[in-house]
Amino acid sequence: MENLIDKAKKLFGGETMNIDLMPKMNIVVVGHVDHGKSTLVGRLLADTDSLPQGKLDQVKADCQRNAKPFEYAFLLDALKDERAQGITIDTARCFFKSKKRQYIIIDAPGHIEFLKNMVSGAARAEAALLLIDAKEGIRENSKRHGYLLSMLGIKQITVCVNKMDLVSYSEEVFNQIEKDYRAFLQQIGVVPEQFIPIAAFHGDNMVLKSDKMPWYKGPSILEMLDQFKKAQPPENQVFRMPVQSIYKFTADGDDRRIIAGKVETGKISAGDDVIFLPSNKRCKVKTIEGFNIPAQKSVAAGHSTGVTLTEELYLQRGDIMCKLDETLPQVSSLLQVKLFWMNKRPLVMGKEYKLKIGTAKVSVYVKKINHVLDASNLNSAQKTQVERHDVAELVLETKTPVAFDLTGDIEATGRFVIVDEYDISGGGIITSMIRDEQADVRDQVVLREQKWDFSIVDRGARAKKYGHQPKFILLTGKVGVDKKTIAKEIEKDLFESGCKTYFLGIGNLLRGLDVDLDKKARGEHIRRMGEVAHIWMDAGLIVVATASNLNDEELRMLQEVVSRDQVMIVNVGKNEFRQGLVDVQLEANAPAAESVKKIRALLTEQKVFAV
Amino acid sequence: MSTKEMNHLDKLEAQSVYILREAYANFKSLVMLWSIGKDSTVLLWLARKAFFSHVPFPLVHIDTNYKIPEMIQYRDRLALEYKLNMVYGQNTEALKNKQTYPDGTIDRLSCCKNLKTDALKNTLAGTWPRWRMDHNLKKYVPDEDKEPYTGVIVGARADEEGSRSKERYFSPRDKYSDWDVGDQPPELWNQFKTDFAPGTHIRIHPLLDWTELDIWEYIERESIPVVPLYFDQGKGERYRSLGCYPCTFPVKSTAKNIKEIIAELKTGKFKNIAERSGRAQDKEDGGLETLRKQGYM
Ligand SMILES: Nc1nc2c(ncn2[C@@H]2O[C@H](COP(=O)(O)OP(=O)(O)O)[C@@H](O)[C@H]2O)c(=O)[nH]1
Repeated sequence: MENLIDKAKKLFGGETMNIDLMPKMNIVVVGHVDHGKSTLVGRLLADTDSLPQGKLDQVKADCQRNAKPFEYAFLLDALKDERAQGITIDTARCFFKSKKRQYIIIDAPGHIEFLKNMVSGAARAEAALLLIDAKEGIRENSKRHGYLLSMLGIKQITVCVNKMDLVSYSEEVFNQIEKDYRAFLQQIGVVPEQFIPIAAFHGDNMVLKSDKMPWYKGPSILEMLDQFKKAQPPENQVFRMPVQSIYKFTADGDDRRIIAGKVETGKISAGDDVIFLPSNKRCKVKTIEGFNIPAQKSVAAGHSTGVTLTEELYLQRGDIMCKLDETLPQVSSLLQVKLFWMNKRPLVMGKEYKLKIGTAKVSVYVKKINHVLDASNLNSAQKTQVERHDVAELVLETKTPVAFDLTGDIEATGRFVIVDEYDISGGGIITSMIRDEQADVRDQVVLREQKWDFSIVDRGARAKKYGHQPKFILLTGKVGVDKKTIAKEIEKDLFESGCKTYFLGIGNLLRGLDVDLDKKARGEHIRRMGEVAHIWMDAGLIVVATASNLNDEELRMLQEVVSRDQVMIVNVGKNEFRQGLVDVQLEANAPAAESVKKIRALLTEQKVFAV
Repeated sequence: MSTKEMNHLDKLEAQSVYILREAYANFKSLVMLWSIGKDSTVLLWLARKAFFSHVPFPLVHIDTNYKIPEMIQYRDRLALEYKLNMVYGQNTEALKNKQTYPDGTIDRLSCCKNLKTDALKNTLAGTWPRWRMDHNLKKYVPDEDKEPYTGVIVGARADEEGSRSKERYFSPRDKYSDWDVGDQPPELWNQFKTDFAPGTHIRIHPLLDWTELDIWEYIERESIPVVPLYFDQGKGERYRSLGCYPCTFPVKSTAKNIKEIIAELKTGKFKNIAERSGRAQDKEDGGLETLRKQGYM
């Protein structure tokens, strides 16, 4: 054994090598408890000469003195206490190097919050080693961890079948484990790079090829690691940039209005037509901005950047900027997902959580638990909640629609986390889109936006001239509560203060635009009212409309037809809408003047008059 | 349609900028600590990258009164040039009563606690006076604003020192600035902890993935101005890490400029010498870990 170490040191060690210079790669080591994670890590550190001088001998001597067998886990523990060498190792990360690069092992195993740390680290890990004990075979966490790696999107996975010495270095045992575990991985869509038979404790097939398993022709662990590739940002996919913020810093006469974000995939150039989803706003890129860089015409995946647009659109953090002529993301309030849960409090139905995807953050509920997977056999268990460390397939329902891609298409916009109260508690990937009730309307609206022929007079210019943004104020409530009086008073009030505004009662359409419609075609009446309002809003007006007895879905449809952030929903009388849908609640018999004041205040708060 | 591949500095920059923007989007009362050293100066530069030459939050400096004078001159020069919202705080009591290591009888660690940790805590909390650069008068005036700063951006790097590598990019501290190393929130897919119980403070670490060499290479690439103390002025020594003059010592080096520093780091000259080894307080019993538990950055 010592011989092997010396040999390895000669090959891979190098007193003068400066690790700072080498390319780095983050890796994670996972597997069932006692299958040899610490041993593998300790051995890699030892065999690549990455340990402080004399440390290994010292720990071995300590063990001998206390008459206990040496374990690499002790070595790792001892390193944790090593204060002077604090830069080399600690519980969170340790380093070793090959000739090719430096490896950073994220989270040395054995930590209590292992899963949380593994997930945090592994999210940045570029490759994984998964250990299976040859004697014990595939165990629960062998599968659970494999499943997690697949969800985390770690593509480069090598399976190490450890403790081959305990099965007499048997090729049959190795082949059987490979066959079984491959079959499992296939079910979850993972293709491992390699299976390697090792005896971590003895150093077989770790750094050097072992002569004990001549039947194995593949690479050693370190050789395998060196074959892993550094990922480059995916530039050859369609363009996606979740909007992080809209900046307008006016200091020093800066008048740029910059849409900032990180390009997750694809590439964008000045002059490109773009659309923001889910809010459905279309525009053109004017410039690509940056600080202390040469002027650039385009920017590609991986860069944190910013663009200005040809028009001053009202935009918000959370939208995804996409290219109009490319495949667009999905938009829905229903998502079919796979999720893992990390919180001690289980994930339950009926409770409001927050979903964070890209830069968007919306309220979300579990609509349906399809099944909770028993990670040990991938059988589904019928459960009504998802417990810590469970993996589940669910349907989520968001309060407002979100834009996303399926993870299979674009990773960055296809995965999310769930926040329970204050904590990130679960992570997941979107496996398919479920059409919600507004899907048809939404499709039609996207098409409308794509084909809309804009005038030279742009929306920003109109808003500046009129002194306000367009807005759709919709008053609803039961028949008999006096919505119209209030609506007309608002119109008058706005008009008198110089706004371009117009009152629209849904009844006004019945004998004109809607004359071809059956009286019972409620949905279509409402949709047409939305389309009329949309045209007026494109013309820059504040439209004040009334319609009785609307329900949740009808309001949502109007939000789709007219952009959601431009709709203000005012309910008069008893509020029976889903929580959060109504922006202003008015009492049925409140004096009109008071109601007008309330609505005005909200318009001001929403910066409708700030142009 | 392939564009130039991103090199490691491009990637580090993009990630740090992303983190800074997330911090700015999620925290109202946000500040950045600026120690005048190379790391937090790179951080300041990255903020200008993130916000297109602007720095939309205050920069806070804790003035121990024992900083090497060039550091303060440099701070104020950049503050004026970049039009920074520059704020400093100080433990005036301890200085007045000579409860310091250089002028008093107390040890180095207690001095650090007085002049840095306590000053920092109270400056952030708004319980002690702050001074703000008045750009018209070009000098500091007492700051009216007493609001606590609850989000603090710091330039800590994971490679710098052991205890720092357990950090997350977004790392919460409770009311008492305590730091629960064992129970750090998960951070995945660039989703950070941005929801907090009232009273929680948050430290944000955009430089966690950078190394000392990355810092210098970036300074060179971007031509970021740094304090000349980092260079050998002909005496065959330079500072590798900057602090208070009574407790910070130069290292033997003849590196006269950034290029030479990079070359020197690349030879592996300091391979086995911790970067902060010129900082005397780290060596005292308990050292940096104790300080950090108390809220030192
Ligand atoms: N015989 C044998 N034992 C091993 C080998 N690798 C690890 N072990 C032992 O398996 C036990 C568990 O290993 P450890 O690395 O602590 O597992 P972990 O829980 O996955 O970190 C320890 O007693 C190790 O010495 C090996 O290659 N051969």
